[in-house]
Amino acid sequence: MRTVFINTLIETGKKDDRIVLIDADLGKAGATASFAQTFPERHINVGVAEANMIGVAAGLASVGKIPVAQTFGCFASRRVFDQFFISVAYAHLPVKLVGTDPGISAAFNGGTHMPFEDLGTMRLIPDLTIVEPSDPVSLAGLLPEVLAQQKPAYIRLYRKPLPVLYSEGEPFQIGKCKVLRQGGPNSVLLIALGGIMVQEALEAAKILEAQGISVTVIDVLTLKPIDAEGLLSAMKNARAVISCENHQIHGALGSAVAELMAEYRIYKPFGRIGIRDEFGQVGTEQWLKEHFKLDSRSIVEAATGLLQK
Amino acid sequence: MTNEERLAIEAFAREIRIHTIRAIGTLGVGHIGGAMSIVEVLAVLYSKHLRHDPKNPAWRERDRLVLSKGHAGPALYSALALRGFFPLDWLLTLNQGGTRLPSHCDRTKTPGIDMTTGSLGQGLSAACGIAYGNRLDGLESYTYAIIGDGESDEGQNWEAAMFASHKKLDHLIAFTDYNKMQIDGYTQDILDLGDIEGKWRGFGWRVLRLDGHNVEALDSAISLAKTTRGQPVMIIMDTVKGKGCSFAEGNLGNHNMNVTKEQMEVALAALAGEGREGK
Repeated sequence: MRTVFINTLIETGKKDDRIVLIDADLGKAGATASFAQTFPERHINVGVAEANMIGVAAGLASVGKIPVAQTFGCFASRRVFDQFFISVAYAHLPVKLVGTDPGISAAFNGGTHMPFEDLGTMRLIPDLTIVEPSDPVSLAGLLPEVLAQQKPAYIRLYRKPLPVLYSEGEPFQIGKCKVLRQGGPNSVLLIALGGIMVQEALEAAKILEAQGISVTVIDVLTLKPIDAEGLLSAMKNARAVISCENHQIHGALGSAVAELMAEYRIYKPFGRIGIRDEFGQVGTEQWLKEHFKLDSRSIVEAATGLLQK
Repeated sequence: MTNEERLAIEAFAREIRIHTIRAIGTLGVGHIGGAMSIVEVLAVLYSKHLRHDPKNPAWRERDRLVLSKGHAGPALYSALALRGFFPLDWLLTLNQGGTRLPSHCDRTKTPGIDMTTGSLGQGLSAACGIAYGNRLDGLESYTYAIIGDGESDEGQNWEAAMFASHKKLDHLIAFTDYNKMQIDGYTQDILDLGDIEGKWRGFGWRVLRLDGHNVEALDSAISLAKTTRGQPVMIIMDTVKGKGCSFAEGNLGNHNMNVTKEQMEVALAALAGEGREGK
């Protein structure tokens, strides 16, 4: 995914010389060397100084640049929340903040580096765009859209490879979800955000279908503004709804879905897959997925549980 | 600087003080201390150094000012209004609901405000980004930043300090308003800045120091700073918090204080008297 990210940034950067990439000593992790080689003047490494990175990005944006600031999601959110809130969002400056290694993908870096709360905090920032692409095609499709918006954004980026879900040329729009798998009427609706959870939801759908339970899977892609229209229309035809996120169930996708259902009076069985008020810890991604019950088996259990109620 | 020029800038400074005290006094409360201590640097910048066009605040080639100590906004608003960025009567809307002049600087609300500030410690980084972006575009524009001494406690300033010298941002000229006071007391008692000149020099900046209420000294220092190449410049201004405002000057509680109508009138009368005497 990081290669797709940087190649898309380079391609967009060739057409638009306003794009400036800023690293905070994580350029190697983000594989930003190719951007730096292509546009040496438009790549800045501020060192291990994330607060300054956000301020420099804000200043660049105020003179017409489109700064893309990249660091681990834990630092992009927890460490510089006030800088991003005041110098960027409150100041209405179009800085694009990229938080990599979301949730359990921080794996061996463990609890200190594992952002289970970045989306929740970011979602509280007024008028911020928040996207989490789920595969290489959606990343390549959404990134230019985010860069073109004259407003700030948070891009939650999984760095490692992910299977391709969409065909080349599939159009993507900020604020629009995608139905990845259409179940029959009265199916179980899995609303998933991010590569890891979309994969688990698709796997869970296969298992449930084998048990005779029809499943619809939605790839959320944009957390904010949430695609209320797309989600509500799917919810209306569902017999149960489950949100799936690599994040705390509070504050981000689980909350957004619950709010929609409550406000629009969709009284259906509802469950949330995600972190339940815990800190992160070390482990392989697979171990963490099972430990925190983000895996397909846990989704299947949640679905069958809801249907038995 | 000719005597005539000096008198004109001092008169401008007095006007900034009068309008700022009236704005805060009319409201009854405000950050008077730190607004008063930066009046002379604002007067010098907007009289002869900072390239600006009140009719076109978004002029791309303009010089920019980041008032990192955003709570001193009322002083800057007075300077901008006097320069014609917006009508003087806006000044009396300070902090009223729906105003375009909030307590802390907001680039989205006020013509002439180049950066949103107020959460201390963030402005110098933004000034670095502006200076870097202008250099990318091949502009000779200068970026000015004013930070507070209390604000210098914030670590982000020192991240920005390293960045600016590493990137040789020689069109970045910063000022420290060294009025020796912060909210809870004297800076030397709360968190001593120690060898403040040595600190900035150690971070790779050219350092100048002067009396921040002396317009001639400010003019010379800014002229010198503009000719500096290869490094950013920090001008440390020894100032007095509340300077020139009878009820605030020297008062340790003047950071954000209540102001009565009587206090305001006495302060304004004193300044008007100074103006008549041509001080």
